[in-house]
Amino acid sequence: MIPHCQLPSHIATGPHVSPFVSSPSHAGRAEDLHVPSSGSSAPFSVAPSADHAEASAGAEPRKHTTYPYVTGNSVLAIKYKDGVLMAADMLGAYGSTKRYKSVQRILRVNDTTIVGASGEISDFQYISNLLDELMTQDFCYDDGCTMTPKEVHAYLCRVMYNRRNKMDPLWNSLVVAGVDKTSGSFVGSVGMLGTSYTDSHVATSFGNHLSRPLFREFQRDDMSLEEAVSLMQEALRVLFYRDKTSINKYVLAKVESSGVAISKPFALDTKWDLKAFVNPSKHAVGSW
Amino acid sequence: MSWSPYDLNGGTCIAIGGEGYCIVAASTRLSTGFSILTADKSMILPVNSKCLIASAGFDGDRSQLHKVLTFRSENYEHFHKKPMSCPAMAQMLGNTLYYKRFFPYYTFNLCAGLDDQGLGCVYTYDAIGSHERVGYSCQGSGKDLVQPVLDNQLKAPSILELPPKVAVTSLSKDEAIETVKIAFSAASERDIYTGDAVEIFVMTPEHGVQKEILPLRRD
Repeated sequence: MIPHCQLPSHIATGPHVSPFVSSPSHAGRAEDLHVPSSGSSAPFSVAPSADHAEASAGAEPRKHTTYPYVTGNSVLAIKYKDGVLMAADMLGAYGSTKRYKSVQRILRVNDTTIVGASGEISDFQYISNLLDELMTQDFCYDDGCTMTPKEVHAYLCRVMYNRRNKMDPLWNSLVVAGVDKTSGSFVGSVGMLGTSYTDSHVATSFGNHLSRPLFREFQRDDMSLEEAVSLMQEALRVLFYRDKTSINKYVLAKVESSGVAISKPFALDTKWDLKAFVNPSKHAVGSW
Repeated sequence: MSWSPYDLNGGTCIAIGGEGYCIVAASTRLSTGFSILTADKSMILPVNSKCLIASAGFDGDRSQLHKVLTFRSENYEHFHKKPMSCPAMAQMLGNTLYYKRFFPYYTFNLCAGLDDQGLGCVYTYDAIGSHERVGYSCQGSGKDLVQPVLDNQLKAPSILELPPKVAVTSLSKDEAIETVKIAFSAASERDIYTGDAVEIFVMTPEHGVQKEILPLRRD
């Protein structure tokens, strides 16, 4: 049994099995998934360097995610008059390497809800599967109701908090946005520890430093779609100028009561020929 | 640096019990490190018409704790056809916290309301469930700034006096609310985790629970 390759127990064996009890039923499957260790240590070895035999002998304790591998950066979301707008770039970074450049980090959950994710991409793909199952179940109830953004947010809060309780976190900050026919627009966020909040605008990681101040100043709940889009573009542009791990390839998604629309990937106009950029040291005279 | 299942999201809460009233107030800023996550997140759970719980500390655990307490108090109401009294809720909160003694809820709670005599009652806790009944208390990131002010201003009898005196303050309701407002404004001057706004719940036998929001400095 390879401890660090074990699937989360509720996928493999259902929710009743403790993750701390090894289950023979999926041990073989975990075996198949094992990628031999490169031998190098953190931060970017494929698996912890523990020897195969040593691990199965129980010399190593079961390991959980202690740092992310392939990560996505900021997700931004704001409310506007008729709904919500969400944006994220398409980079999957391997440390500081721009490794994958066509990663969709915004997911349509149903006709009223979208979810965006920053952090570990593989964990987001797992969360996507969870949401997929959830929506299948919701469809099967056949009761004419679909889950609201608020409900999806509450669900994800429980998933994230549950995994942090198992000391096996899903390494993401998630943004949930959408419209509810009764209560209007919804924008909320949940982090890997289960810390959650709702607001008129949210932004994860670098976005919280660079875009939130713009949102605080210019976002209004009654702004038009055009205003919201240009505010979002400005926020993305600022992020692209200052955030090293972002690329100029974005996806923009909106939810209105008519449904979800997710854009094709697009790039923003940028301007780098400002005098301060041409000869940066000229304007930053140091003492050395 | 290793991963920790805990965080400290800041915030301050105050509770004051008086004769015929009870005040529970908490700031609404949610922070992590030097960043503000939101300016408008409530830390107060209005359990029922007799009892309020305010929790500072880690937000994830607070959400979970408030959910658990809500379930159990609703269950109680279905079984007994009456809302849980504040002293009963206070004991249950202590037990709920101690149940997780070896993986604690990282929350610092105040449970406050009116007892059977209509007297304000306040219970103050640590993260693992130790608690005592007091006349007033505060918890959270601003407690070092606020608690001495309350000690000084609320004219409560010394807890060392024998025979023990009733711990509720002799201040009127309006005076006590004013003290709470001043205490929060002062805490927001120096504590970076206290700011944006403060929710003030006032409970009286006549008017039930009423809520007021006072804006604080936003920097």
